[in-house]
Amino acid sequence: MNIPSDLKYTKSDEWVNPSDGKMGLTDYAQGQLSDIVFVEVLVSVDDTISAGDAIASVESVKAAAEIYAPVGGKVIAVNEDLADAPETMNSDPFGAGWLVQVEISEEGDLMDAAAYEKYCEERE
Amino acid sequence: MTYIPHSLQERDAMLATIGVKKIEDLFEAVPAAHRFPALNLPPALSEMEAAAELQELALANETTQDLVSFLGAGVYNHYIPAAIDHILSRGEFYTAYTPYQPEISQGTLQAIFEYQSMMSELTGMEVSNASHYDGATALAEAVIMAVAQFRGKRKKIVTSPGVHPQYRATTHTYIQHGELQLVGAELDPSSGPEALIPLIDENTALVAVQYPDFFGRIYDYTQLAEAAHAAGALFAVAANPTALGLLKPPGEMGADIVVGEGQPLGIPLSYGGPYLGFFTTRKKFVRKMAGRLVGESTDSRGQRAFVLTLTPREQHIKRERATSNICSNQGLMALAASVYMSLLGQTGLRQVAELCYHKAHYAAEQVAKIPGYSLCYDEPFFHEFTVCCPKPVAEINEHLLEHGIIGGYDLGQDYPDMQNHMLIAVTEMNAKEEIDALAAVLAEVSHD
Amino acid sequence: MTDFKLQGQPKVVEPTIYELSTPGRTGVTFPDPDVPRAQLPDSMLRGRLPLPELSEADVIRHFVKLSTFNYSVDSGFYPLGSCTMKYNPKINEDAARLPGFTRLHPLQPIETTQGALVLMYQLQEWLKEISGFDAVSLQPAAGAHGELTGVLIMRAYHIHRGDDKRTKMLIPDSAHGTNPASSAMSGLQVVQIPSDERGNVGLDALRAACDETTIGMMLTNPNTLGLFDEHVEEISKIVHEAGGLMYGDGANLNALMGIAKMRDLGFDVMHFNLHKTFSTPHGGGGPGSGPVGVTAELADFLPAPIVDIVEEGNEDLPPLFGLVSPAKTIGRVKSFHGHFGVLVRAFTYIAMHGADGLRKVSEYAVLNANYLLARLRDAYTVPYDRTCMHEFVAEGRFADAPGIHALDIAKRLMDYGFHPPTNYFPLIVHEALMIEPTETENKDTLDAFVEAMLKIADEARSAPDLLHAAPQKTPFGRLDEVKAAKELILCCWLPEDYGNQ
Repeated sequence: MNIPSDLKYTKSDEWVNPSDGKMGLTDYAQGQLSDIVFVEVLVSVDDTISAGDAIASVESVKAAAEIYAPVGGKVIAVNEDLADAPETMNSDPFGAGWLVQVEISEEGDLMDAAAYEKYCEERE
Repeated sequence: MTYIPHSLQERDAMLATIGVKKIEDLFEAVPAAHRFPALNLPPALSEMEAAAELQELALANETTQDLVSFLGAGVYNHYIPAAIDHILSRGEFYTAYTPYQPEISQGTLQAIFEYQSMMSELTGMEVSNASHYDGATALAEAVIMAVAQFRGKRKKIVTSPGVHPQYRATTHTYIQHGELQLVGAELDPSSGPEALIPLIDENTALVAVQYPDFFGRIYDYTQLAEAAHAAGALFAVAANPTALGLLKPPGEMGADIVVGEGQPLGIPLSYGGPYLGFFTTRKKFVRKMAGRLVGESTDSRGQRAFVLTLTPREQHIKRERATSNICSNQGLMALAASVYMSLLGQTGLRQVAELCYHKAHYAAEQVAKIPGYSLCYDEPFFHEFTVCCPKPVAEINEHLLEHGIIGGYDLGQDYPDMQNHMLIAVTEMNAKEEIDALAAVLAEVSHD
Repeated sequence: MTDFKLQGQPKVVEPTIYELSTPGRTGVTFPDPDVPRAQLPDSMLRGRLPLPELSEADVIRHFVKLSTFNYSVDSGFYPLGSCTMKYNPKINEDAARLPGFTRLHPLQPIETTQGALVLMYQLQEWLKEISGFDAVSLQPAAGAHGELTGVLIMRAYHIHRGDDKRTKMLIPDSAHGTNPASSAMSGLQVVQIPSDERGNVGLDALRAACDETTIGMMLTNPNTLGLFDEHVEEISKIVHEAGGLMYGDGANLNALMGIAKMRDLGFDVMHFNLHKTFSTPHGGGGPGSGPVGVTAELADFLPAPIVDIVEEGNEDLPPLFGLVSPAKTIGRVKSFHGHFGVLVRAFTYIAMHGADGLRKVSEYAVLNANYLLARLRDAYTVPYDRTCMHEFVAEGRFADAPGIHALDIAKRLMDYGFHPPTNYFPLIVHEALMIEPTETENKDTLDAFVEAMLKIADEARSAPDLLHAAPQKTPFGRLDEVKAAKELILCCWLPEDYGNQ
């Protein structure tokens, strides 16, 4: 399982990059969902969101999940490519599978990579 | 009668395996004070006795076969080809469960897929679900879907008074705790679709009309659809499927959702059900649509096969986050509709629609000739029309019944301003002689 | 994982109805009009009507062929937990097809439909007697529809007595998904109550959750583990003391007929599943029927209409039955009066069983389930192992066969000629296999099922590939569900060049 050390994590399995404000779903979470077949981003550029707001909903063959913002701020970009290629969230969750990018103005309750790894192991 | 196959020896052997002495011992978790209550029910009947009792109850009714019927108002007396019930009577179809195990349910799955295809074509839409309970609940689900589409931000639903009163009542029941506003029903029923346009605004989630409307009238809703879309709202049409054999489908008028009562497609009147609520929409809304959905795929052996798809929308996965709690469809009724449409095909359905149209127009002409009676509206109609009568409809219907005729629907029941308004339905089942008899008896009522 | 890589085009086992279509064919003809033709409304006519064209024989063969791909109660054992797939007596079908019933229009004058109304009235009375409730509506179309109806009644009751703060529904973690979904549809918040180690509702959690915002609780009893809640009376007491109402999900009533009345156990409202308990067929997904029963206190809120005596009878005349609207009704929940054709079947079933027969149904449903449990508990882990009611839940996993899942066991059962149990539900059991035999299965069938289950438990260790590759002996193999969800092919059409060949 991949857990990049430069990112921060939430208990609901989202990641955020503190340096550029990109956020998405973790490798652990995509593995639990299995094949993601649909992504709907619920926010638009220029929206202001708070940590904990629902930013997207995803569906796999067997499950549906809401994705919540790890941090708050103004939305500056949304990954439009996911609509046609939702499987990117499975294949590259920390890269091309990012969901939303914000200008961070509010910190959330976040874990570092080591704490998140431990958190994932506890749930195995 | 019992359907329990156990011999006493088998029962005792099973109890021994379980490790208890008697069946009663299995119920110790049930509070003793309430265990094994006496049930006051009539003594059990043998099959022979039950058959006789049911026959007696059935014969206590006077049906649309014993009488001549001009009653419609949402359900219609159509001819049902014999082949349909032979298919529906196959235990492989009617004793199967929801097709959760596709390897051993391809019959049901392919039949639903074909139903979805034909329903989409008939309504002029792109996708159909596997059906709802009836037309009324399908409309209620359309309203919920539209509200969900705007994530609850738009709170107004505009409906025409020409939508079936029971559909509007059902919708009201469904959404009564949703802080939504249902407007439009208070409009004068004689007004056309243009009267709805001023009610549509930025807060409107859905505009819903019926086609033909409850009074039988046919309108082209294209302009109304445009007005709904201009305000960003969705547009839904509750359509009669027989009429769609002849008339322009709602999909061509800009409908986002088409619902309706599928009963006219080969399903018996059966005193109100079970029927079939059909629901079709545009592909872009498919994930917001409630209900079961079958998609094409392949199996591990490289065969084309079908499977329930997009199930994460549904209650068993989404639980309280699901927008609908529906977990069944009207599977067997959808099968009836599929077989009906397959048998009739392009020409048959058009033929039925035309027969209804011609006979209804002949009837309207005959009735309108009778002094004291007139057609209430000038608009084109399909197989149902509204008659302004010289006397209360209940009184007229009583007289008709004495002559073996079930009269039309008394619109005063639902529309207080429409006392003495009768809604008459005519289908391919009504012979010219029956229509003439109706006119003759109505004429008698006007004279006395 | 199953490999779905396709070589070329998929093989078509049975063409679709559109692929079988040929221009000019028809399966039924109608007479020419016996009245003058009227002018058609030209501007409103549709252009093409792309329905298929087939002869009657073609249509029959197509659908008969499709039917052979289905597993059904008529063809074999269907131990699908929580679905009560009992045998559907044939007389029910004949009764529902009597022309005196099928040809009745729902809006006919009541004077012409007394047979149908008597039947409905009688069925209401019988369901009241079986459950102990004071009033019943037959209108709801399915179990989930009955739930929505019941929850709306609970809400109306509280609001009507001026208490509009009750917006929280308590639901055990073992509940069907319809319970929370029905509550959410009624504008309520759901509070999930965990189960205790014996599979009962956790009483401490329940007490902690109850307050002046509690509308009530939705409880399935026996619950989805197939267990009778040992504290059901205490649960009712706790909820009632908080001012809430108890909703009984009747999904598992097949364990309780003549065993206990739901009203006596403390419930205020419940729904019946006529398609489970009362033997009406499932129809490949419907139609069902979900009547709702309530206490006298809630009777005025039932959906309209219900059947009642509208004119008392006398020495010469029987009473006149009609449709009435309860005083504070929540409104109607569908058009007309319910799934009448389904009601006829359930009526026939109850009439043929009587009090002793219904009790025997529940007794033998429980006997059969406990027999299967006794014979399977050594080979399969049963996490809440005590005397079960009409069903039980085992785990479909083995510590020494780590690659095997409940799904594999389910699919392998098909190779042995059985429909699999419900799997992956309830959510509180890992790899759940929920087994409900029903009372209509004989000991030989149960024994054959046990043999298959034991063999599969062996194969899981000795030949796991057999399970992963299953089913092999069915007409179709495992489905590529990812492809279906991604491609979303939901319709077929006539070919572009149809009619021009």
